[in-house]
Amino acid sequence: MTKLDLPALNIVELRNLLRQREVSPGETLQALEERINAVDPKIGAYLVHDLAAATAEAEKADVTLPLGGIPIAIKDLINVEGQQCTCASKILRGYRAPYSATVIEKLRAQGAIPFGRMNMDEFAMGSSTENSSAQVTRNPWDLSRVPGGSSGGSAAALAADIAFGALGTDTGGSIRQPAALSGIVGFKPSYGRVSRFGLVAFASSFDQIGPLTKTVHDSALLMNAIAGHDSRDSTSLNALVPDYTANLGRDLKGIRIGLPKEYMIEGVDPVVKSAVMAAVKQLESLGAEIVEVSLPHTDYAISVYYILATAEASANLARFDGVRYGHRAEKVSTLFEHYARTRAEGFGAEVKRRIILGTYVLSSGYYDAYYLRAQKVRELIRQDFVRAFEKVEALVSPTSPGPAFKLGEKTTDPLQMYLADVFTNAANLAGICGISLPCGFAESENGKKLPIGLQLLGKALNEARIFQIAHAYEQSTDWHKARPAFEPIAA
Amino acid sequence: MASELDVAYVAQLARLRLTADETKLFQKQLGDVLKYAEKLKEVNVEGVEAAAHAVPMFNVFREDNARDWFTATEALSNAPRKANNLFIVTKVVE
Repeated sequence: MTKLDLPALNIVELRNLLRQREVSPGETLQALEERINAVDPKIGAYLVHDLAAATAEAEKADVTLPLGGIPIAIKDLINVEGQQCTCASKILRGYRAPYSATVIEKLRAQGAIPFGRMNMDEFAMGSSTENSSAQVTRNPWDLSRVPGGSSGGSAAALAADIAFGALGTDTGGSIRQPAALSGIVGFKPSYGRVSRFGLVAFASSFDQIGPLTKTVHDSALLMNAIAGHDSRDSTSLNALVPDYTANLGRDLKGIRIGLPKEYMIEGVDPVVKSAVMAAVKQLESLGAEIVEVSLPHTDYAISVYYILATAEASANLARFDGVRYGHRAEKVSTLFEHYARTRAEGFGAEVKRRIILGTYVLSSGYYDAYYLRAQKVRELIRQDFVRAFEKVEALVSPTSPGPAFKLGEKTTDPLQMYLADVFTNAANLAGICGISLPCGFAESENGKKLPIGLQLLGKALNEARIFQIAHAYEQSTDWHKARPAFEPIAA
Repeated sequence: MASELDVAYVAQLARLRLTADETKLFQKQLGDVLKYAEKLKEVNVEGVEAAAHAVPMFNVFREDNARDWFTATEALSNAPRKANNLFIVTKVVE
């Protein structure tokens, strides 16, 4: 292979070359930079990337470390000291992080090089990356379609081979859904498994940082790096972190996997449904036992999610007041006007919509009817999963009811956009872990292949088992080897 | 319930200036969302404890030790307006 082909590699493959000194971390970055310059003008995944700063890190990289010399792309809401952290919002334009998130320190401790700030829906609010105030990100499989969201820049970069691995965040599906729509692997850790210190908060009781990668093995490697207790995040769990690669390669004999009967709903694209059912058969042929399970409160998950997540967001985003950082309105005459105009000028439409909804459900007279009731139904949903996981070790479903949709198709109807989160929201409500990995393709009317994602959900802190099942499935299929066919701007 | 949403009033609570068009649009869009969420009224939540978190969590304590953190200069590095090592705020008291 030539150096120009390097970006097509996954982390495990690149790591082997780096360790054998076939290629240096600096050469890797150079090859990646060239491909980004050739490809990203069509995709729009990167907001910025700083080759000089990364090269300085690469010169000191220790390739004997688990992620030595591997560039990792970072969603633009995780702080890396000295780099921008805008959450793709106008209100944080020009913001420079004064410190690094715990996950960044952990990645660096394992030798990785944070490289690039990835586009996203503003403050991670959205399912298509169309809510970015900065730029459009296109799906590499069909440039007229969305990459999913909110971690759409991270997902599209992997699909287009302009990143080796990336970090995203998942509050209601924002890692798993873009992974599904972009044909890659996205992992949402259990709540509390990964420190949120240094992550700009959207909905604090839901947010988790997790990896987006080309393969399940790569995902497990990144989780090995970022998982673990952090005294700077009081919600991080003080639980033993196993080696997530240890179970890879083991078969599925005796493992029970549940098929939630409530997930067999109308409105799922028939091609998605048949791909997922074929995957279920495949899991069975690998030795897993498939049983039907029930999650009786499934139908309420989206309502609960959008009440609680917007409530938390409205409180978290109160910190954007134009005083300590971020945009500040000019020529104001009162304090009220200072706040109201700063925020009106800084936030985009979806963020405003969610602040209004969240403020409303917390406001006097409506708190009990919406917020408190939603918290109670959240508990019932959590209990549904506890009961299901007494019978099975994993649940299987589609990640998204359909493949990637067209840019602009759902932007005028927020409710339709929210309803597409039907399979992902509940995992965040219950705090459990989950993965999305490729399980087939639909075809668009113009003959483009559109990836379909398989979701596997696991009990809280049982990440290792999910990686084992996902890896066994992945290795028995060729879906993860497919790459989109599009022409770079220049070779 | 949905019809009670007054976007203009809530926008005041949220310290967010909306245009007349935004107010009208959000009134319709959020009205749809709240109408959809009315199905929560079907659920029997009697005796169910409200979950503030997905994982049962209780008070988390640590030793009250001083540690190094930002200098004033670092804390002010992103301030839109500052003077004499302080943030400038809009006048609160006349």
